[in-house]
Amino acid sequence: MEFYLYLALFSPLVGSMFAATLGGKPKTLIAGIIPSALLFVSFVASTILLKHILGGGEVVHVEMMTWMATGDLYIPFGFVVDQVSITMMMVVTLVSTVVHVYAIGYMDHDKGFNRFFAWLSAFVFSMLILVMSDNFAGLFIGWEGVGLCSWGLIGFWYHKESATWAANEAFIMNRIADLGMLIGIFLVYWNTGTLQYSEAFAIFPTLDTATLTWIGIFLFVGAMGKSAQFPLHTWLADAMEGPTPVSALIHAATMVTAGVYLVVRSNELYALIPNVGLFIASLGAFVAIFAATMALVNRDIKRVIAYSTLSQLGYMFAAAGLGAYWVALLHLMMHAFFKALLFLGGGNVMHAMSDELDPFKMGGLGKSMKWTMIMMTVASVALAGIFPLAGFFSKDVILEVAFIDGHYVIYSVLLLTAALTAFYSFRIIALIFHGEDRHTALGFHPHEAYNFMLVAMAPLLVLAIIGGFALKGTYVEMVTALLPATEYHIHSAAVYWTMVIGTHLIVLLSIAYAYKKYMSPSVKVPDGTSDMEGRFCYKLLINQYYIPYFYEEYLVKPYRELSTVFWEKVDMKVVDATVDGIANVLYSTGENTRTMQSGNLSTMLKWMVSGMVVLLSLAVVFGLAVKYLDEIKMCLSSLGV
Amino acid sequence: MFEAVAFYLFAFLTILMFFITVTTSQALHALTALAAGMIFISAFFFMLDADFLGAIQIVVYSGAVMALYAFGMMFFDTTREIKEKQGNNYIVAGLTILSAILIVLIFAAPMITESVTALYPMTEGVGNTQEVGMVLFTKYLIPFEVAAVMLLVAMIAGIVLAGKKMDLSMTLMTDAEIEEAKKEKERNSRIFS
Amino acid sequence: MMEIGLNHYLVLSAILFSIGLIGVMKRKNLLMLFFATEILLNSVNIAFAAISHFYGDLTGQMFAFFVIAIAASEVAVGLGLLIVWHKRHNNVDLDQMSTMKG
Repeated sequence: MEFYLYLALFSPLVGSMFAATLGGKPKTLIAGIIPSALLFVSFVASTILLKHILGGGEVVHVEMMTWMATGDLYIPFGFVVDQVSITMMMVVTLVSTVVHVYAIGYMDHDKGFNRFFAWLSAFVFSMLILVMSDNFAGLFIGWEGVGLCSWGLIGFWYHKESATWAANEAFIMNRIADLGMLIGIFLVYWNTGTLQYSEAFAIFPTLDTATLTWIGIFLFVGAMGKSAQFPLHTWLADAMEGPTPVSALIHAATMVTAGVYLVVRSNELYALIPNVGLFIASLGAFVAIFAATMALVNRDIKRVIAYSTLSQLGYMFAAAGLGAYWVALLHLMMHAFFKALLFLGGGNVMHAMSDELDPFKMGGLGKSMKWTMIMMTVASVALAGIFPLAGFFSKDVILEVAFIDGHYVIYSVLLLTAALTAFYSFRIIALIFHGEDRHTALGFHPHEAYNFMLVAMAPLLVLAIIGGFALKGTYVEMVTALLPATEYHIHSAAVYWTMVIGTHLIVLLSIAYAYKKYMSPSVKVPDGTSDMEGRFCYKLLINQYYIPYFYEEYLVKPYRELSTVFWEKVDMKVVDATVDGIANVLYSTGENTRTMQSGNLSTMLKWMVSGMVVLLSLAVVFGLAVKYLDEIKMCLSSLGV
Repeated sequence: MFEAVAFYLFAFLTILMFFITVTTSQALHALTALAAGMIFISAFFFMLDADFLGAIQIVVYSGAVMALYAFGMMFFDTTREIKEKQGNNYIVAGLTILSAILIVLIFAAPMITESVTALYPMTEGVGNTQEVGMVLFTKYLIPFEVAAVMLLVAMIAGIVLAGKKMDLSMTLMTDAEIEEAKKEKERNSRIFS
Repeated sequence: MMEIGLNHYLVLSAILFSIGLIGVMKRKNLLMLFFATEILLNSVNIAFAAISHFYGDLTGQMFAFFVIAIAASEVAVGLGLLIVWHKRHNNVDLDQMSTMKG
C-alpha cells in the first residue's frame, strides 16, 4: 500500500520535471501527454488506495524521511492516507487529470505549452503534499507550493501587465495570510511540542481555551487567505487572468479548498472552541452573500464563475464552522465537479469567441456549441442545488445544519444566496447560449471545441449528475470513521419537506426570472447609458463594493510611498553612505600617507623622530599605568565600569 | 665641589660645541667643533672613573674618526658655505623638545632606577683598565670577535669605495706594464683637458 | 646642586641627544648629517658610562666601548659611499637625493 501512496504522490512530480526539461522549447505534444498520463496513473493509484480504505483497511501512514531533528523539534516528511485525505486525493487527481487532457487542446496554439504543463503538474504535486501530509509543517510546505504554482500559472502570460499584477496580488495576499498561519503553527508547537496531527490533537484538550482560541484564529487566518474569505478575497476574481484550465483546477476545485481542508483536518481543535467556529460560520455566510451580489451584475463570464466559487466556499466554511465537517467536505467534493465543469465549458466559449469575455456580446451560441451548452446548463443546475443533481445533496444539508442548530440568520442568508446563485448562473447561460444572436454582428465565428476536450469533460458531467446519488452514502460511511458523525435530521417531516420544497421553489423562480429577462430580444450590449447602469447599487456592485479601490488607495499606495522613503532615505543615504564612507576613509588614508614616502631623507628622519616621540610617550603612559594600577582600578570602579 | 665645577664646565663646553656643530653654515667650523666636543666628552669619562673608555674616546673618536672626516672633507669644496633649504623650524623644535622631555621623564622615573641591579659588578682594588680587560676577554669575548670582523669589513669597504684604479694590482704587474699604464693615463688626461 | 648624581649625567645626555636630533632633522647636507649622528652616539655613550659608574656595573662601559667601535666603522663606510655619490652627482644635497620616491 505504501507503494501506491508514493506512486500517487510522486507521479505528478515526475510529469512536471519532464515537462520542465522541455520548458524552453516550442510546443511539443509529448510535453502535454506524458504529464496527463502520469496524472492518470496517480488517479488510479488513489483509486486503489480508496478501495483499500473503503474495504475497512487501516490507514496508510508512512514516514519517508526525517526533515528536522534538532533538540526537541522533530519534523519528518510523513504522509498519511486516511479517510479525509483520500477524499481530497480523489477530487484532486480526478479533476487534475481532466484538466490536463483539456489543456492539451486549450493551450494548443500557445507558445508556452511545455512550461504550462510543468507548472500545472507541479501544482498538483504540491496540493497532494498538502493533503497527504501528516504534520503541520508538511501542510505548510504544500501550502506554499500551491501558492507558488498558482502565482506561476496566473501570471503564465507574463508579458501581459494585468496578468503579472494579478499573480503578484494573489501571492502577496496569500503571503499575508500565511503569516497568520505560521503564527498558528508556532503556537501549536509552543504549546504541544509537536507538529504531528495525531499528537497535537491529543494534547489540545488539556490546553486552556484562550490558547486554543488563538491557535484556531491564526490557523483560520491562513485559511482565509487561501480560500479567499473577506477581506482577503480580491485576488480570486483577478486570478481569472490566468488560462481557463488554471481557473478550473486551482480556483475551483483544489487550491481554494485548501482552507476548508485545513479546518476539516483540525476539526478536533475547532470542536473545542465553538465560538471561533461560530465566527467562521458567520464569516462564511457573509462571504456567500457578498460574492453572490457582486456576481449579479458582472460582465465577465469567468469572474461570475469565480464569484460563484467564492460564494460556495462561504457555504463550506459555514458548514465547517457549525461543526458539520463531513458536510463541508462533501460539498467540497461535489462543488469541485460542477465548478470545474463550468469553468471548462466557459473555456470552450472563450476559445470559440477568441477570448472575448463579455456575455452581452455573445448570445445564441446554443446553436453552434450544443455540447458545451448542455454541460454548462447541467453544471448550473447542479450548482443551484436542484434534486437529483449533485449540488442538492450537499447544499441542502448545509441549509439543514444551519436550521437545526437554531442559527436562523445564517440559514436565511444562505437561502437568499441560493436564490441569487441560481439567478446569476442562469443569467450567464441565458446570455451566452440563448436569445438573439449578437455575436455575428460583432464579427465572431464560434465553433465547438475539439472532440477530445469534450470527452475529457465527460467524467465531470457524469459525476455532476449522479455524484450525489452514487457517492454520498459510501462517502458518509467512510469519512465518519474519522470525522464526527453527527446526523442532521429535522425531526418533523413536515418542516423538512416544507424546507426542501420551499427552497426548490425559490430557486426555480429565480431561474425562470433569469431566463425571461435575458433571453428577450431587447437585450443589448450595455454601453454606459442605460438606466440600470446609472443606479447606485449597480455601480456599487460592478466596482466590487469599491474594495479593490480602497485597498489600492489606502493600503498599496502608502506602502509604496513608505518603501520609496526607506529606499531613498534610509538605504541609500544611511546604509550605502556608511559602507562607502568606510571604503573612502581607507582609501583617503592611504592616499594621504603615500606622501610620506617622498624619497627625501630629511623628511623621513623627521618622521622617524616623531615616531620615536610617540613610542616614548606610550612608554611613559604605560609605565605610569602599571605603577598606579591600583589607584586606576579604584577610580574606574567608582565610575561604575 | 671640585667635581661639580668640572662637571658644569665641561657640560657647558660640550653643549656649546655641539650646538655650533649643528647650526653653523661653515663646514670646517662644524668639523672643528665636533672634534672639540669629542675631547670634552672624554673628560666626562675620566670623571666617571672610566679611564680606559676615556682614552679610547680620544684615540678613536677625536683621532681616527675626525681624521677620516677631515680626509673626506678634502673631496668637497669646504670654502663654500653650505646652502641648505630651510625646513620647517617649528616642527624640528617641537619634536626635539618633546623628545627631550620624554627621555628625561623616563630616565628619572623612580621605577626604573629602583629596579636596576648590577650584572657584572666592579671589583675593588684593581684599576679600570684591568677590570675592562677581565670582562672583555671573558664575558664579552664573542662581541669582541664580531666587532673585529666588522672592522675588517669596514676597512675593506672603505678602500674599495674610495680607491682609484682598483682593478689594477701594482704588486703583480711587471715594471713594463706599469710604465705603459702611466703613459696611457697621461695621454687620456691630455685628451680630456 | 653641588652633589653630582646620576640624574645630572642623564639630563646632560638627554640634552646632547636633543641637540643631535636637531642636527639630524635640520641638516640637508649629508656630511653635516653624519656629524649630527656622531653627536647622538656620543650622548648615548655618556649615559652608559654614567649608569655604569653609579651602579657599579661594568656593562655600561662595555656597551660604550662597542658603540665606539661601531661608530668608527660606520663612519668609514658612510664616507666611502658619500665620496662615490659626490663623484657621480657632484653634490651631496639631500633634497636632490630622492630617487627612492614612493
